[in-house]
Parts: sequence; C-alpha cells; structure tokens
Amino acid sequence: MDPGHFFASSRVLVVAGKGGVGKTVAAATIAAAASRCGLSVLLVEVAGRSAAAPMFGASPQGYEEAVLVHEAETNGIRHGEIRGKSITPDDALVEWLSSHGFNRLVKRMAKSGILEVIATATPGIKDLLVLGRIKALESEGAADLIVVDAPAAGHALGFLRSPSGVRDAARSGTIHRQAVEVLELIGDPERLQLILVTIAEETPINELIETSYAVEDEVGVKLGPVVVNSVLPRIEGLDRSVARAKVNKAERADLAEAAAFRASRTALQDEQLERLGSELPLPQIRMPQIFGTEIGPAEIELLAGEFIAGIEAL
Amino acid sequence: MTETSVADYQDLIQSRRVIICCGTGGVGKTTTSAATAVAAAQAGKRAAVVTIDPAKRLADALGIAELDNTPRLIDGPWPGSLSALMLDTKSTFDEVVRRHAHDDAQAEKIIGNRFYRNVSGTLSGTQDYMAVEKLNELHDSGDYDLVVVDTPPTRDALAFLEAPKLLSRLLDNPIYRIVTAPNRGPFKVINTAAQQVLRQLARVVGATVVDEAVAFFQAFEGMEDGFRDRANATLELLGDDRTAFVLVASPRADTIDEARYFLRRLHRAELDASAVVVNRMLPQLSTTPERAAELVGALAGSAAGPAAQALADLTATATGDDLRVAELQDAAPDALTVRVPMLPDDVHDIDGLAEIARLLTKSRGGQTPA
Repeated sequence: MDPGHFFASSRVLVVAGKGGVGKTVAAATIAAAASRCGLSVLLVEVAGRSAAAPMFGASPQGYEEAVLVHEAETNGIRHGEIRGKSITPDDALVEWLSSHGFNRLVKRMAKSGILEVIATATPGIKDLLVLGRIKALESEGAADLIVVDAPAAGHALGFLRSPSGVRDAARSGTIHRQAVEVLELIGDPERLQLILVTIAEETPINELIETSYAVEDEVGVKLGPVVVNSVLPRIEGLDRSVARAKVNKAERADLAEAAAFRASRTALQDEQLERLGSELPLPQIRMPQIFGTEIGPAEIELLAGEFIAGIEAL
Repeated sequence: MTETSVADYQDLIQSRRVIICCGTGGVGKTTTSAATAVAAAQAGKRAAVVTIDPAKRLADALGIAELDNTPRLIDGPWPGSLSALMLDTKSTFDEVVRRHAHDDAQAEKIIGNRFYRNVSGTLSGTQDYMAVEKLNELHDSGDYDLVVVDTPPTRDALAFLEAPKLLSRLLDNPIYRIVTAPNRGPFKVINTAAQQVLRQLARVVGATVVDEAVAFFQAFEGMEDGFRDRANATLELLGDDRTAFVLVASPRADTIDEARYFLRRLHRAELDASAVVVNRMLPQLSTTPERAAELVGALAGSAAGPAAQALADLTATATGDDLRVAELQDAAPDALTVRVPMLPDDVHDIDGLAEIARLLTKSRGGQTPA
C-alpha cells in the first residue's frame, strides 16, 4: 500500500495498547512516518502527561499546543510539521461545562465536588468530552492527520465505548447531542481508525485479540493494521558453536549464553506472531526492537522508516 | 514514615500481615502477588491473595476462573495454606451496602438505583475501593496470617490510597447534604441555590440523570457515618507498620518512569515501598557492551559471528536496564530491590508461581540473585 494513501485514508488515528507494549513509541513513530509523507500532524496525548515530546527531542508540552518538529525539507523530501497537545479528561469536563452556560459556576462546582457527581452520574462523560475535543480538532482541520495516544487497552475499550454509554444514559440535554456527534466520528472509517499495539508475547497478544473483537462488535470502529513492537530481528546461525572463537573463557560463556537466550526468545516470539496472525485477520506491521538505552529522535526516525516500509509491504 | 526496612523478601513475608502489590499494568503485578502468597504458604503461613483480572490461564490454574467473593483454597506442596480469589467489584460493593444499610429495604433501594450502578460498576477508583474493602475484610476475619493484594492497573498510586474515601467523599458532597435535608431551616437558602444548579445540570446531562443522582443520595440517608468509620479504619490498616507496599516494575523505560512516579506519590502519602520487584530482567553477563561491539567486528564471518551479534544486542539492552533499575533504587533508597529474570514463558501454573516464589525469596539484601 502507498504510505501517502494510507495516511490520507482517515483523519484521526487512535493508537491503543496494553501497558508496557510501547504505545507512546508507536504513536510517535506513526506521527513521524506521516510527517515524512509530507503531512502536518497533531499528536494528542490523553493520559495527562506528555511522554512523546522527549522522543522528538522537545521538552514536555503542557495543555497548550507545542511544535515538536518543524516543517523542513531534507534530501528533497518535505517533512510536515508535528505538533503535540495534551487533553486531560478533567480539563475537558471543566472546559465543556464553562462553554455550556456554567461559566461562573464551574469553579465553585469543582470545589464543592459537584463535578464528581456529574462524572459519576454520567459514566464516560470525561472520555466522551476528550473525544469531543478531538472531533472539534478534526472538523476545524487542525492538521492533515491527528494521532491520538489513547489510554491503555482495557481503558481504550471504555474510552471508545463512552459515547454510546453517555448517549443511552443521558437521553436528553446537550451532552446527548455531543455523544451522537462523536459516534458519527467513531463509526466513520474515513474519519477515524484504531491502531492496536502489542508486543509478541502471550498475554499482550491475548488482550489485543480480545480488544479487537470487542471494539469491532461493540463500537463499530474501523481497525487499521496491528503494530507489533520490539520484534527481535532474526540472526541466522545462532546454533553454530562458539568453542573455537578466539576469546577468553568468560567471554566464550557469555557468547554461548547470549546466543541461546536470543534463539529461545526468537522462537517464542515467532510462535506468538504466528498465533496472532491465525487468530486475528488483520495485517501486522512489525517494528524492530531497539537495542540501547533510550528512545530519542534518531530511534523514532529509524522506526518511522520501518513503519513506512511495513505499510508499503501491505 | 513508619515503614521499617526489611533484610530480604522472606523477612517481608514473615513480618507483615498485609502486602499490597502496586505498579502500572503489564509488569507482572498479578503474577508477583500470587507468587508472594505462594512463598508465604511455603513458609508455613495461612496466606490469601486477592487478584484483579488475572490472565485467564493463571486464573484457571489457581481455580479462580470465575469472579468470586470468597477465597478458594488451593492445594499445593506447602506446609501453610493458600487461598485465592478474583475480585468481583460489583458484588463486593453490594455486600458493603447491605452491611451498612439499616434494613433490606434501604439496601435494595440503593442497589436498584442507576446512579449506584454507575458508582459500583464504572466509577474510576471503584475497583481499588473494593480491593481494599476485601483486604480489610479478609484481614479482620482472622483466618489469614498474610493477605496479599494485587491492585488495578493505574498510573495513580493515590487511586488506591484514596479509594477508601471514595464513597464518604461522595457523601460529603453538598448535593448530598442538600437533598437529604430539604426542609430544615438553615438549609433553605442553600437549597434554593442548589435547586438552580440542579436545574442547570438537568439541561446539560438530562433530567433523568439528575433525578437518579438525587434519589441515590436520598437513599443513603443515615448510612454515611458507617461508611466514614469504615474508611478511617481501612486507611489505618494501609498505614499500619505491618502493612507493606511492594512496587512491581519492569526495566523498560516507560514503566520505570511510571514506577518512579508511583514512588513519589507513595512517599508523599508517607507510605514508602518496602520492596521494589523488577521483573523481566535480562541475563546478567560480565562482557561490557563496548567489548561485545568489538567482538562483533573481530568474530565477523566466523562461526561465533551470530553469537557475537546476539551478545552485543543483549548487553546494550541490559546496560540500559541496569541504569534504569539504579534510578529506581535511588528513588527508593530504603527499599529492598529484587530482580526477577525474564522467564521463557508466561506463568500459568502453580509450578511457575513456585519458581517465581523461589526467585523472590532467594535474593538477599538487594543483591542480584546469582
């Protein structure tokens, strides 16, 4: 598939995955890959912290929007601008109420705990309002592509279920209309796609498969390719003997142990990848494991190249 | 700070009556909780573990595949006993309401209310709240020497610490006070203002939602003291000298950041972690990453070339892991650090848990297991 075509197919890409699978790295990678295809990208984080900014060498952004990567031309290729933005559920609720006739009351309500009652009375209202903010960004054309670093997988389902929950709970009122509008966004494959992230291990893959079927059945959201992070590149010949290597004894032992460890991890990984393929009929994009200490701009650039290659291979 | 530091994991199991395993999702928290309870049973204790959403195969192995509220006894080759349960948030909450209600009619009125169903089913923090409730109940029963609790995957340690106050805080809400004291003199003025707020709310979230919330608060009348006392008792248990927090982490950069955040939050609540368990540690080798990189060049083309590449990859990653674990140790200098090696497969039977119990307890004084 042509990467430009892929990134143009939906205006919003929601990236979700279980904790510890590198969801934020995947979101940053996708943003960088789209930028490389010339698109302007808005990377939205909803967990109330900005983990992606350092991956672009930028300082963490707050609630305000900040430029993470400037538009540039390198080797004749135009890179689109990447901006980052954080939307927290609490802020979304306060902001929404103050724009709906509660101006003077909102502060008092926050202090008196009435906000908590509203949030409890209408489960999912905060998630819905975060999605509402994303929908507003989408309709005002805030960027060519909006990449959302969604809450962890279990919560991702709740996150995407929130609009239908709120629509059914609040049968009238402005919040009901908001829910209906967000549902239109979620249900339209040309506007929004969900990209699930995993690593090639048993439990994360089980959770991914479960989440995939649940979101498709219950939320009706379009599922894009699955991103598999931290895939160990294959090394051929690991079973060859190290007995004759000209190294000291301790090093020889380390060589043997490292080879055996790598071979066993690769075998387990292949087994899980194959299972994922047979249990979930979605294309996979495999990201290589980064060997090193930190994920910074250079690593994101490398992963973005791999992501584009993965899309081309679809 | 009331925590006293422990010499090793065995000491922790011997000296505490409650162990709370906290940390973000995806780091092996449930498995560590269950293995801790196994270690206690091996040490002759009557141990119970409250698990939250365990992976299916682990739940099957423990015989707790169904949500349940009573601990199931698990047979195993240990002198003590091991009981486990998979927390059922909704029915635990119903039990709590029934316990505090004046009569069945009040309990049923609350349980049937939609606002209550939201509170007991979907309100964030409810799972934490019920986990501590269950912990308190099992601890009070006197049937166990040690209760181990898994916590829901959240990045906010405070969700658990504040959980006991969840309902009493809701009951401190002015809406509650207003709707339960409609006609008493001093409340009249507030009441008019409150009615206005409620009307405005109804315009936004719809009238049914507001009516249900009001009905919920009215149904709770007279129960608030019971809930408040219980919350205070639970908070006392969490702060007790014989309660320990164990932070579970993995050496991945993102989870280490979260773990350090957790430690700060715990510290601010004056509840320091007694131990930090770092799962998924790579094999510890003596070759440095620099030397491994040299070997890649030196051995290229030879039979040991592929092994050299594997060694370079492994040591580069392991070095980063070590740096991050050291950062974590700096953030919790008094805590015991236990490193658990990456296992070839997910744990889904008692033997697997026993193996982790062995790895947890064999470490001494924060030293890397040999």
